[in-house]
Amino acid sequence: MIREITLGQYYQADSVIHRMDPRTKIVGTIAFIVSLFLVKNIAGYAMAAVFLASVILISKVPFRFMVKGMKAVVFLLLITVVFNMFLTPGEVLVSFWKFKITKEGLRQAVFMALRLSFLIIGSSLMTLTTTPNNLTDGLEKLLKPLKVLRVPVHEIAMIMSIALRFIPILLDETDKIMKAQLARGADFESGNLIKKAKNMVPILVPLFISAFRRANDLAMAMEARCYRGGEHRTKMKPLQYRRRDFAAYMTLAAFVAAVVLTRKIILPF
Amino acid sequence: MSIILDHVSHAYETGTAMQVKALDDISIVIPDGQFIGLIGHTGSGKSTLVQHLNGLLAPTSGSIYYDGRDIHDDDYPKKELRSKVGLVFQYPEHQLFEVDVFKDVCFGPKNLGLPSKEIELRAYEALKLVGIEDDYFYQSPFDLSGGQKRRVAIAGVLAMKPQVLILDEPTAGLDPKGRDEILDQIASLKEKTGITVILVSHSMEDVAEYVERLIVMNRGRVLYDDTPTAVFAHYAELEKIGLAAPQVTYVMDGLTKAGFAVRTDVTTISEARDGILRAMQDTTG
Repeated sequence: MIREITLGQYYQADSVIHRMDPRTKIVGTIAFIVSLFLVKNIAGYAMAAVFLASVILISKVPFRFMVKGMKAVVFLLLITVVFNMFLTPGEVLVSFWKFKITKEGLRQAVFMALRLSFLIIGSSLMTLTTTPNNLTDGLEKLLKPLKVLRVPVHEIAMIMSIALRFIPILLDETDKIMKAQLARGADFESGNLIKKAKNMVPILVPLFISAFRRANDLAMAMEARCYRGGEHRTKMKPLQYRRRDFAAYMTLAAFVAAVVLTRKIILPF
Repeated sequence: MSIILDHVSHAYETGTAMQVKALDDISIVIPDGQFIGLIGHTGSGKSTLVQHLNGLLAPTSGSIYYDGRDIHDDDYPKKELRSKVGLVFQYPEHQLFEVDVFKDVCFGPKNLGLPSKEIELRAYEALKLVGIEDDYFYQSPFDLSGGQKRRVAIAGVLAMKPQVLILDEPTAGLDPKGRDEILDQIASLKEKTGITVILVSHSMEDVAEYVERLIVMNRGRVLYDDTPTAVFAHYAELEKIGLAAPQVTYVMDGLTKAGFAVRTDVTTISEARDGILRAMQDTTG
């Protein structure tokens, strides 16, 4: 019933992007997002589009998986487009009643839509090609310098990986509980908002109890294996940069430089 | 009130690379009042099958009739169907949510829109049927033992007065004593009310003693559909699909091979005992 949600969903494939060090992918995604905000004109967007398209091609992840991630933000995207289109002052193109569409507004709206979609596709590409475990490993390593400031980096990474691990489990559990209550004649569709919220109680109470039970079991299992935080812990598969990661960093640097250069080009839009 | 499945197939994740065919062309008839065991290895499709019987899942192709009507007709009252075909899921105690036992059992009949007198009467009867004492009625369901919780959850479905009761792995996670208690309770329930009972399990020991008909599933298909004795005669084939006949079947088989003239078509311990005694009498007397 509720399986369609993609949240940090990993797409299994064998590609250079999949095998890359998670740190490379995290830094790469951040650099890509930052460069999107440096873009000033259509040449820059074209550059970003080409870069994104080639990374998608190399990653072997079907394009429709990226679009899945877009569905969640379609509404936000629409609002942004509409607001930008109508509320940017400038040279008027069309006007009716109280609304005016300006040339600047149209440009702004299109660019904003492009920027947002690239941003989402870019970051979902990262989560589609990296397992949650790898992702938190990478984050932990990247954030290690913060340890000097007494930030509990390992604990944060652990919490994140456990939370990510539990998402599919809890979704599955919700599905089961929903079916069990449906079998007892529960009704989740009809009624007004208050009634609908009330009808959720038979799902939420068992769900919370099961989440606590699972958390308890997990804590016990970790303790039984003598887990005691990040001190002196080693990894079974320590992260290591390889040739492909250096190649990726070079490509990335070239891309960012190219985007910065496009700012110098003067185009009609 | 029979249930008829007509060439029912079901696939998960249709249209993706991960498409799985969970049910493949299933046609069975479940007449009134039978005690049926549904057996299969993990992933054989038995849980998917029972979720079709009360309309929680819709078949990808084929149709299901309850009492002569297609349950996926647009005007078929789904809620009524779910009260007539009661489904108790695996680990049903995980669905308890009310502040006390009695209120939780009331949830089902309350959803049917019955008058409150009737609701309470049904809840009381259902709790009595599963052997829960009055002392527990106003306790939190979360304070009960595992076996008691499970019986309360079963009562929650029974309170809807179903014509067909389906239990998905009712003994999972219980100790041998709890297992026997639940199974005996179900058998006596069947005796008292005369409703159709479908017992889903992956353990032959569980069902052999109780059921009159055994449906064995493998990879989404019905492999055998017969009396337990007839099904267990195929124990070599059953082993190949990861199931085993009850242990007594092997004992009798071993005895035959050792030269004793015993019956090999037994499924329960008492049958085995009688068979061995008779064979002993034949040889000694």
